[in-house]
Amino acid sequence: MSTTITMPQLGETVTEGTVAQWLKKVGDSIEKYESFVEVTTDKVNAEVPSPVSGVLTQIIAQEGQTVPTGAPIAVIEEVGGAPAPEPTTSPSEALAAPLAATPAPVPASASAASNGHANGAAPRGGNGVVNAPEILRRVSPAVRRLAREHRVDLVAVRGTGQNGRITANDVLASASQGPSAATATSILEAPLPAPTPDAAKPATASAPKPSYGAPVPGETIPLSQARKIIAQRMVDSKHTAPHAWTMVEVDVSGLWKWRNAEKERFQRDHGYPLTLLPFFVHAAVQSLKAYPLMNARFTDEGILVHREINVGLAVALDSNLIVPVIRDAGQYSISGLAVAAGKLIERARAGKLGADDLSGGTFTVNNTGANGSVLSAPILNGGQAGIVTMEAVVKRPIVTKDDAIAIRSMMNVCLSLDHRVVDGAIASAFLVDLKKRLEAMAPGGTL
Amino acid sequence: MAVASTETTTLNNVEAVRQTLYEALKNDPRTLVMGEDVGARGNVFLITKGFIEEFGAERVIDTPLAEASIVGIAIGMAMEGLRPIAEIQFADFIYPAFNQIVGEAAKTRYRSNGDYTCPLVIRTPYGGGIRGALSHSVSIEALFYHVPGLKIVAPSFPADIKGLLNAAIEDPDPVLFLEHKKTYRSVKGEVPTGHYTIPIGKADVKKAGTQLTVVSYGLYVHQALDAARQLESEGLSVEVIDLRSIRPMDRTTILESVRKTRKLLIVHEDNKFGGIGAEVSAMVVEDAFFDLDAPIRRLCGPDVPAMGYALTLEEEFMIPTSRMAEAMRDLVAF
Repeated sequence: MSTTITMPQLGETVTEGTVAQWLKKVGDSIEKYESFVEVTTDKVNAEVPSPVSGVLTQIIAQEGQTVPTGAPIAVIEEVGGAPAPEPTTSPSEALAAPLAATPAPVPASASAASNGHANGAAPRGGNGVVNAPEILRRVSPAVRRLAREHRVDLVAVRGTGQNGRITANDVLASASQGPSAATATSILEAPLPAPTPDAAKPATASAPKPSYGAPVPGETIPLSQARKIIAQRMVDSKHTAPHAWTMVEVDVSGLWKWRNAEKERFQRDHGYPLTLLPFFVHAAVQSLKAYPLMNARFTDEGILVHREINVGLAVALDSNLIVPVIRDAGQYSISGLAVAAGKLIERARAGKLGADDLSGGTFTVNNTGANGSVLSAPILNGGQAGIVTMEAVVKRPIVTKDDAIAIRSMMNVCLSLDHRVVDGAIASAFLVDLKKRLEAMAPGGTL
Repeated sequence: MAVASTETTTLNNVEAVRQTLYEALKNDPRTLVMGEDVGARGNVFLITKGFIEEFGAERVIDTPLAEASIVGIAIGMAMEGLRPIAEIQFADFIYPAFNQIVGEAAKTRYRSNGDYTCPLVIRTPYGGGIRGALSHSVSIEALFYHVPGLKIVAPSFPADIKGLLNAAIEDPDPVLFLEHKKTYRSVKGEVPTGHYTIPIGKADVKKAGTQLTVVSYGLYVHQALDAARQLESEGLSVEVIDLRSIRPMDRTTILESVRKTRKLLIVHEDNKFGGIGAEVSAMVVEDAFFDLDAPIRRLCGPDVPAMGYALTLEEEFMIPTSRMAEAMRDLVAF
């Protein structure tokens, strides 16, 4: 019996998926629940487990191809299954099909070839197995399994069950008489039909390619699916939203002391580190409430001001960047944000984020300071009006209000904004509001 | 099974229940029985006859005809350290107590995060074939076996009844203890003397065989055994499993047997649709699909609202031994 595998729905809002990588080739056998294809939606990579044990007989969606959820992507023939329905190609066509059209050798083809079959599809058309008694189409699961385990050719077994049905005991009795001559071409061992070669190549990016002149020789690193998506997103955002940029200097001395005073206890009590991030996100959420236009999206119909503040956190992984989202971040206290962020980051690093963890962001916070940066000009996450960075906290001498020189812990906070949504005045007011909130944080505050 | 003695006495099922309850009341001051007519009348099947004289009205409590209250009060007693053994006079009357059993007793441990348990036994006679008509014939197990937190046992041999009733009384969580009325006096057997328990959740292979597994419980285990013995004389080998416990269910014993025989017949008196057999069947298909050499078959009560009083209607509902034998022959031959 063949099972058509369809594009799974990874997350309730997801409507399509891209085949990132086939983990199995046509002809490979697959255990039930074994992952056989990697599918990408947004930036989630998910390995798809097989619902059945069998042999991958056809790949319908090629790597890089994006298809709607529910669309067929592959066919798996269950091992020991009854013969598949007649292939749509006639036997002669199948025979004529060049072997090269098969993406990978069918495992049984070696034994088939030694029996004079040059092609995977040949035995069905060539030796009459397809005309095996009707009863073989209705063998029980136990009979299938035992026939496979004992390499018994069911065509040669005399059934003693009702209406001549082959019983499990019939198979065992046959097996105890030793292998039959026909074993190698047993219906259960018969090679599967050659897959239809898929002529459709995945469509490559349609944008005209700039010409940079002849490349200097080097090594080309193939694009991973995630890298392709990141590239596409960055180009889209940078081409669509006119970016403007601004920055403030923030004195985080009080915040720094507060966090250092609490961090050990917090780690002990909650199991997650207390970084500057939750303080920052908490302050940013308050500022976004004060300046809702920064929590918005430009659309052709108008500026969509979001009701919820869903804060995306840029997380650098080994080979790519991922932005899990804290939904309705306004509902959390600082410690709540620390735990929520800790969990998301933990799952992001473990590759366990679902599509819903990565969608719905309305504003992004990027902790660029973690890598030592003191200044950066981030690219907007597409569809959002703003992105702020937390740069590294550094001790610097500054001139205080009463003209003294003091050593303070300073952090630069940079903002990229979609100039279609807001102008510099609002953006600056937002950023200064954020600066004031951060500077007001000091030991003894409410976590 | 911890058997205290190798000595046995012959008891029928009513006597097995009676003796076990009597010993519990005598040996464990936390225990008490309560229900309609369990005191002065000594229970409608005379299971508790004489108990009220010996143990007093505080431990043998005649209740009003109010099943929700019987179970509800028993839950409170159980949560506070007693070991109440509540009786629903006939399983047909259990519906008013459904909320107390499902909504309260089964959830006590979970709801209180383990601070409270509900060591409650609810005994009730069930099943038909005794001209009990609409309101003295029902099987209720499928209405309750969907509920996590509830244990359900339905033993039908006197020795199993004693061991499982002791286990139910000692269990820290609520147990629904089902007694098939028709087996009360018709089934006799040897029962070890002294105290022992049989673990809840363990089935018993009542007869070993190689060509077909029959899973049943209650009255029909006895009929299935009769049919299997009949087939033995025809040279056919049928294994008969008595579930004894419906929840938790002994998947190990069922799967081991089906993997051996490769064929499964499920027989129960309760309606087929959504019955215990549906779960047994799903379990086997999920875990032993590639061992099956025939479709699983269920021989169950018809999907009709009740067992009629007219003998023809009752006979139509109940499955005669001859039909069980026929189904077994068919499946062995398949």
